[in-house]
Amino acid sequence: MSGGTRPLVAVPVFPGSNDDRDAVRALELVGARAQRVWHAEPSLPDQTAAVVLPGGFSYGDYLRCGAIARFSPVMGAVASFAAEGGLVLGICNGFQILTEAGLLPGVLRANASLAFVCRDVRVRVERGGTPFTSRCSAGDELTIPVKHGEGCWFADPDLLADLEANGQVVLRYAEGENPNGAVGDVAGVCNEAGNVLGLMPHPEHAVDPLLGSTDGALLLGSLVDAARLSGAVPV
Amino acid sequence: MRATVLVRPKPGILDPQGQAVESSLRHLGFAVGEARVGKLVELEVEADDAGEARAQLERMCEQLLANPLIESYEITLQADA
Repeated sequence: MSGGTRPLVAVPVFPGSNDDRDAVRALELVGARAQRVWHAEPSLPDQTAAVVLPGGFSYGDYLRCGAIARFSPVMGAVASFAAEGGLVLGICNGFQILTEAGLLPGVLRANASLAFVCRDVRVRVERGGTPFTSRCSAGDELTIPVKHGEGCWFADPDLLADLEANGQVVLRYAEGENPNGAVGDVAGVCNEAGNVLGLMPHPEHAVDPLLGSTDGALLLGSLVDAARLSGAVPV
Repeated sequence: MRATVLVRPKPGILDPQGQAVESSLRHLGFAVGEARVGKLVELEVEADDAGEARAQLERMCEQLLANPLIESYEITLQADA
């Protein structure tokens, strides 16, 4: 693998993405090589070891958040990558895109308050040892900012029960912290195989002590560790 | 062929927009209850007959216009094609 021990993380950019540069900077800070990939690209760069779908307002959030971005050419490549076990992290709008694409369960809806929320929240790690939480332990509380108008994750009671039983609820808002009305206080959920995670909080905005918290580096660092181990997945 | 697709939040799904609208209407003095807010999509479909148009519209709803987890849809075809 070229690039030594710095695995390549692809960051797809959609029209309206606005956290892609922050994601690249944060990923580089925790030891990755990160490369932005325009949404019209039908494939991921060679040696891509992980994908991070960034936050923003892809396609103006028209129709439903993420509903249009999921049909971008690059999303075909992301879906194939995920199907082969590739690591995919969706942050905020990236999470919305992954649910719309059917790569993650549930759906994100308007915040129950109908207000845009922008503040630090405390989230509890429900499951350590995943490719996204290996640097954490279950029960750890992380302080990471949210900034969204449509982050109210919803699944019907049967689906939620299945996800809880499978250990797919990886991150939960700490008691009294739920900023959007998400059912089960779910802040982050993974697919059944455990290689795709979506979350509403923004770990890429919590990697520098100047901004108050570096807890986001634990999640992104875990991803980079896992990407380094998995090496490049054929795409 | 002109068509109208009505997308609405499924029964039982919390609809904060509907609640806000309902509350505003009450403030204006209207005695209303259970307001729900959906979306209306008007479009022109190229199809040989109504059956084909409807089949296309069903696929559009399944793939893009509605999210089946939270929304139901209703298709109406206009006769004046």
